[in-house]
Parts: sequence; C-alpha cells; structure tokens
Amino acid sequence: MPFGNTHNNFKLNFSADEEFPDLTLHNNHMAKVLTKEMYAKLRDKQTPTGFTLDDVIQTGVDNPGHPFIMTVGCVAGDEESYDVFKDLFDPVISDRHGGYKATDKHKTDLNFENLKGGDDLDPNYVLSSRVRTGRSIKGYALPPHNSRGERRAVEKLSVEALNSLDGEFKGKYYPLKSMTDAEQEQLITDHFLFDKPVSPLLLAAGMARDWPDARGIWHNENKTFLVWVNEEDHLRVISMQQGGNMKEVFRRFCVGLQRIEEIFKKHNHGFMWNEHLGFVLTCPSNLGTGLRGGVHVKLPKLSTHAKFEEILTRLRLQKRGTGGVDTASVGGVFDISNADRIGSSEVEQVQCVVDGVKLMIEMEKKLEKGESIDSMIPAQK
Amino acid sequence: MDSCFHSFQFIISGECDPVPLEEEKVTPPCGKVKQKEVLATPWHCNKERHTYFCSAALKKVKALPLYLIATILQKIRPTSAGLKYLAVCDSESSRLAAAASEGRVIGRLLCWEKGRYPQHSPASSSNPSVYPSVCPFFKTSFIWRDLVCFYRVKMASSFARILSSKRKVGILSLVGAGSLTVGFFLNREQHVNAGAHVRRIYPPSAEYPDLRKHNNCMASHLSPAVYAKLCNKTTPNGYTLDEAIQTGVDNPGHPFIKTVGMVAGDEESYEVFADLFNPVIKERHNGYDPCNMKHPTDLDSSKIRGGQFDEKYVLSSRVRTGRSIRGLSLPPACTRAERREVEKVVVDALAGLKGDLAGKYYSLTQMTEQEQQQLIDDHFLFDKPVSPLLTCAGMARDWPDARGIWHNNEKTFLVWINEEDHTRVISMEKGGNMRRVFERFCKGLQEVERLIQEKGWEFMWNERLGYILTCPSNLGTGLRAGVHVTLPRLSKDARFPKILDNLRLQKRGTGGVDTAAVGNTFDISNLDRLGQSEVQLVQTVIDGVNYLIECEKKLERGQDIKIPAPISQFK
Repeated sequence: MPFGNTHNNFKLNFSADEEFPDLTLHNNHMAKVLTKEMYAKLRDKQTPTGFTLDDVIQTGVDNPGHPFIMTVGCVAGDEESYDVFKDLFDPVISDRHGGYKATDKHKTDLNFENLKGGDDLDPNYVLSSRVRTGRSIKGYALPPHNSRGERRAVEKLSVEALNSLDGEFKGKYYPLKSMTDAEQEQLITDHFLFDKPVSPLLLAAGMARDWPDARGIWHNENKTFLVWVNEEDHLRVISMQQGGNMKEVFRRFCVGLQRIEEIFKKHNHGFMWNEHLGFVLTCPSNLGTGLRGGVHVKLPKLSTHAKFEEILTRLRLQKRGTGGVDTASVGGVFDISNADRIGSSEVEQVQCVVDGVKLMIEMEKKLEKGESIDSMIPAQK
Repeated sequence: MDSCFHSFQFIISGECDPVPLEEEKVTPPCGKVKQKEVLATPWHCNKERHTYFCSAALKKVKALPLYLIATILQKIRPTSAGLKYLAVCDSESSRLAAAASEGRVIGRLLCWEKGRYPQHSPASSSNPSVYPSVCPFFKTSFIWRDLVCFYRVKMASSFARILSSKRKVGILSLVGAGSLTVGFFLNREQHVNAGAHVRRIYPPSAEYPDLRKHNNCMASHLSPAVYAKLCNKTTPNGYTLDEAIQTGVDNPGHPFIKTVGMVAGDEESYEVFADLFNPVIKERHNGYDPCNMKHPTDLDSSKIRGGQFDEKYVLSSRVRTGRSIRGLSLPPACTRAERREVEKVVVDALAGLKGDLAGKYYSLTQMTEQEQQQLIDDHFLFDKPVSPLLTCAGMARDWPDARGIWHNNEKTFLVWINEEDHTRVISMEKGGNMRRVFERFCKGLQEVERLIQEKGWEFMWNERLGYILTCPSNLGTGLRAGVHVTLPRLSKDARFPKILDNLRLQKRGTGGVDTAAVGNTFDISNLDRLGQSEVQLVQTVIDGVNYLIECEKKLERGQDIKIPAPISQFK
C-alpha cells in the first residue's frame, strides 16, 4: 500500500514466526526462495518510498501458482526494491532467468542497424510482426505502489513527451476515463485497447487500483507505434505491423524509444536502468530488455511435430496462442517470440526470433512436402 | 531529533460522561504521593513528546468523551517500533509484565472501584504504594493501579482486559455526579500520528480521487476539503484514509444500488476518520446520527413475542451477525499474525461451548476432501471472496490462511472465522421457529462472549455505534434476521414493495444478497441495523412476516389486503 511504513512498524510487534506466510502449498519462484530466516532479516526494511517485504511478496502469497507454470510471485514497488530486497530478488531472478548471477552485467543494444536480415520473412506464413517492451520512469514509484498523484504525474509527463513526437511518430493520446464511445470502438477494432486487469496475479499486487484514473493509450497516426500508459508498467511500448518485415518493426521500435527517452531525459526523468538489471520494470520476469519480439506465424504441421517444443527451446523461443499469454492457438497460428529477457541485448533477442522463425518456416515447408526435418534440427543456442 | 513516542493506544475503553474535574478531584486518602499529581491530555503533550506531562488546571471538558488522569513517574523512551500500548493493570500483572520484559510501569492511577472490598493485603514488597482503601459508605474502594506501557498489543490486551470487563471502574471519578464513569483515555485524532513517516510529495489536491462517475456513499461525502483534512492521518496501527476508501474508488457503483464504498481497518478508524464515516453512516442507516444518538444493545430473547411462523409458508429461519475482537485489526488491515490470533482466540472460546452448542472447527487450510464436501452439501462452506467490493479492500489477502468454519453438532449454530469480519455468527434451522433460532443465537453469543472474557478479550463495541464491524453497513447490531417464505400471490401484487417498505423489511433472492428469487420463495429480512436493538429488529421481522403471511392468506381467500402504516424507525 502506498505511502509509508507505518503499518509495517505495527507488524514488527509480532514475531517473524507469527507473521511468516504459509507457503507449503505454493509453487512460485518467491515461495521457493523465501525462508523464515530471510523473512526475519528483511521484514523491517523499507525502500525510500516505503515499500516493504510484505508488499513485495503479497501477490505470491495470494496466488499459490500452478503445478506446471512457475509464476514469479513477487513484484517491485520502485527502483530501490531490487536493491533493498536483493536477498530475495537475486535468487528469484537467477531462477527465472536461467542462472543470471548477481554479479552479471546486462548489455543494452538498441541499434537497429545491428540486426541482420528480418525483412524477408515469408508473408505466406508470417501474418504479423510485433516488438514490445516496457519502460519505467525514474523518480516515480511503480504501479504496485504509486499513489494517484504519482500515477497522474507519470501520465502527464508521458503524454507531454509523446505529443512532442513528429514525423512517422506523430500521434494522439486517448485517456481511458474520457474516451468517447466511437474512439473506444475504434481502439477495440484495432486490437489496441487494454482492459482493467483481471488476472489475480496483477490484482493482488495492487496494480488495478483507482482504475481507470491516469491510464490511457497513445498511438501514432499510422497505427504502427503504440504506448500503453500506467497499465502493468509505467509505459509499455509496442511497434507492430501486418506482414513479416520484422526489420522495419524493430527499426521503428528503436528509433521511437530513443526519441522518447531523449525527451524524458530533458525533463530530468530518464528511464530506470542499471548495468546489472538493464531496464527496471515491475515484474522481475521483464528485467533486462523487457523485450518480447514475436510474430504470428502459421505452423500447422510443425506445431504437431513431436520435436516442436524441443526445437523452440533450442532456438531460445517460446510459443503462445494468438490471444497472448495463457491463450491457446487458433487454426495452427502461433505467437512465436523470444524466451530470454536478461543477459542478452535487444538486437540479440530479435535476431533469435528472426533466425528462428526463418528456420521454422523452412521446416514447415519441408513438412508440407512430406520430407523429414531431422537434419535441420538445430543445436542448443 | 529523536524519534519518540508517536502515539499510544489504550487497550481498554469504556463509556464515559464528561466530568468537571477541578471541583471534584479526589485526593488520595492515604500515603504520600511522590510525584506531582497530574492530569494529562493530548493538548498538553510536550512538543518533543519525551514526557507526557500534564496540566493541573484542566477545564471542563464537556466535548471530550474520555480523559486520563495519571501520575507520570518516568519519561517514556522510544522504541524502534514507535508504537506503544498503555494499559491499566493491577500490581500483579504489572509485576509479571516487567519480569517478562513485556512492558514497564510508567505511572499510577488512582482508581475508584465500586462494589468491591479488596480482600488481599495491600502492600507487597515490590510495590509498596499499592494499597486499597475502603470507603464503606459508598461501598467502594480506592486503589492505586499501575499504568503500564507495553510493547506488544497482545500482552497489553491480555493483561489489561482483566480490568476492562469490570464496567464499574472509575479513575478519580466524580464524587458528586452519582453516576458511574469510566475514564479511560483512548488516544485518538490529535495524537494519532503513528504515520510520521508518511511519504507525501504531492498535495492532497493532486491525490484526490476522481469520483465524478461514482455512486456510493463514500463518494457522496468525500469532498476535497474532507480529503485534505484526513489524508495525512493514520490510526495507531497505521491505517490510512486512502486504504479505507480504496474499495469505493475502485468500484464506482451502480446507478440503482448504492454501496457504502469504504471500510474500517480497525476500531479506531471510526474515530480517526469520523469526519467521513459519520455522514456515510448517517446516509446508510437512514438518518442515524452517530454524533448525538445512542445505539441500544439487547440480546434478551425472552422479550420476543410470538415467533413461530406458519410452516406452510415459511421454509426456514435464520439470524446472523458479526463480532470483532477488540485489540486486533479488522480484515482489510490485519496482519497474518493478527488474523491467526483471531482464529486462535475464537476457536479456543468455541471449544468451550457445551450442550446443544458443542461443535467442531474446520480450518480452511486443513479440512479433508470429505469434510469439504459435507460443508458444501450443508451450504456452510464459504469461498474466497470474488466480489471486487471485498477484494479491493484487501480482505482476501493470504487466503486461506487462518480462515475456517465452526458449527455445532446439530448444524444449527455456525461461525465463520476471518471471512469479511473477524467472526460471522449464524443461527438457523428449517421451518418457522424463529423464536428458537433467536434464543440459540443470543445464548450462543453470550456464551462466546463470556468465554473470551475469561481469557481477557472482548468484543469491539461502543455506545455510539454498537458492535464494530468492518463495513459501516453492519454497525449497530450487524443483525440480519430473515426467513425463506413462499408468497406466490403477494409477490405478484403491485403493493408488495410498499408493504415491505412500511414494515421495514427487505427482500432478496434465496441465494442471498444480489440474487433473484426462485419460484415464489423470497428471503425476507430486516432493513435496519443501527439504532434499534436486536430484540426490536427480530420482533419487527416476526411481526412483519406474520403480516405478509396474513396478506397471502387473504389473497388466497379472495379478500383484499391493506398496506400497513409505516412503522417508526428509531424506537
């Protein structure tokens, strides 16, 4: 809860034993890492904005998880959370991000020219291409913890920054609480509109408070560059278009991001970033690049192949249904995107997608002709 | 500057009449007072708050509901927790507390306890200034009590409650007024700034919620001025206004159904945020004004007249209410440890019930598959709340930790633990014997109260608001007494809503609130909660349902019915 540690001080009247949550039936990264000793050590700490350990773990306590899907189970309330509660976050980050150590450094590379290829994905298979990431604005608390005043300040600053963009990025902001019915219909048709979160993972972390105050959607006139304000992160930046020209999508992504960052820096509120964690976002699963670059691609034969999952793992890719996370595929069309977030740069991750999808399309073509693809199965990247 | 004693909270509270002090101060009848005798009030607290000192010339304090008279023996030094609990204890308890390092004596109170002659010898070697003095004429005794500062609310509660159950204790109480006054000080308002570290970068105007599309009681009464006044305050436990109103901000409401839109995180919320709670309570409870009205509590079921309904129409009868355990925060704000404490206290008490009330507890975390199925079949099991009204207020946190269901072997008396309130108590049975249902209800409640008092606990209750519960809509009696009744003809009559209105009844579907009626069976219950006693409300339901059944019978016979005159609301 926002504003301070007063309630936490009151909790300190009870022993760590009495307050320790019951995690016996839990299956998420936080529950695997949090011991009584760690809880006792961290419970009287707070970040400068007053975020406490119980605030960090509440979503993981309330959502025990699924036997098959490991959720993260903890969130950050501000930039300093990752530091003040590093005893908890470091092992969680390591578990979630394939062994990323507390001493590792993350490389940021938003130079789109470093991407090789990506403009030649077969449009018969690739229906659309998309790259998204998140950004947090330095000096403000994150969505689990921010107050209405802070959230509004983030919105104001973001809208000012976005409205100053021009050229291919010239666009308009649609605040959720005052959009007209017509605008709303249009945004739904374009698949741009986001709704109040219903996932208990987000609700339990307090991210839907005061909805829809200070939330909104900005997009450019071409509808190829889109920014969500105050949804799960301060900003979610999305570049997308129909077809398979991932190179162009990534170019626009990088250019747009850099333009926005310049403007924020001028207002003395750059993005939250550090050498170890890269771009700092609310959920530890999005640290590093926070980037998910992917395509909607038709792979009806390959997706039913016995080795599909293994191929994806080796290519460092993941699949989702066309509705996004936790949805099923429709008509053999899959959302294929990078699996990694931290430890590799933006360029490297999009390169993985470009190369991997290209290979999978070749495999699909082979399978169409009735040929085997065993020789094409790649080594682990 | 050193941090200091930010706030404290008395565990005991009680009724109090304003007392003119200077004329009627009583000097201790024997022994010497080592320090200056003082009167302490919030207004006289030292700025640095290192000492809580007093002004001897306390004026008449008509507006102040509670006051404290204490002799301060030593400075109160801060602890890292910043919060303390003061309690009035007998010498034995304070000695135990000091020995266990749970608290220390910071002062003495001269108390006047009516109706008892102390049996024990006055002085003990460690505490020579405790001596009772007997005043035979008034059948009272003067006794010095210790004012002990505890570090943990639990210990303070355990020790202090020994005294609170005696409602006839006065602290330097008035000689002349003849009434019994209990003068305890509950530190509220001016000194509730346990939230000294509240992070406020934005002014209240930047933080004020956008309530233009809202239709709930909170939104109707939270003006920017009220928000600005209250937004920096916290209760002693650290509960804030923003937390209290969050559920109302997140749930704008429905054009036809006006929800309350705010909750209390602890007992003190109703005091600290009174500027908002009072008008909300007044609106929700049809004009009951907490500022100048008193709520009557009456659980004497023998006063009920009638209460056996015609079972051709009434299928089942039920009475429910809630109770909160004083000293522990309410579900929106409670910590895991507090919630577990509530479970422990209540389950211990329920284990002491005997006879037709004897039963068993089923913890949500530990019940077997079989037990779960049985509870579902009996329609006893409650689920994790899904209503955003509850989840936005934080009541589903840590589910299902420390939640459970208790019921008696006969399945007619049921207690829910840590759902929307600390406890929800339900008495029910098939058929129309509302009288017996209410008798069991009262007996069960009184037994449970006695059992928790034995252990030094009590229910949250005060004269203004009755029983304190999480949602302001349940203040007062928190009682909903109702029946499932079939009224095939009456329910189709256009006058049905008006008849219900005048009888001060409400209808719901058989699934409870926000459900539709099935067939012609309705859930009919009392509309009011606050301002009338339990007996009065149940009588209203009995008389009302009898009238409805009479109407139904008349319509069966082809006769006409009459809309009854509206019954008065505050009796």
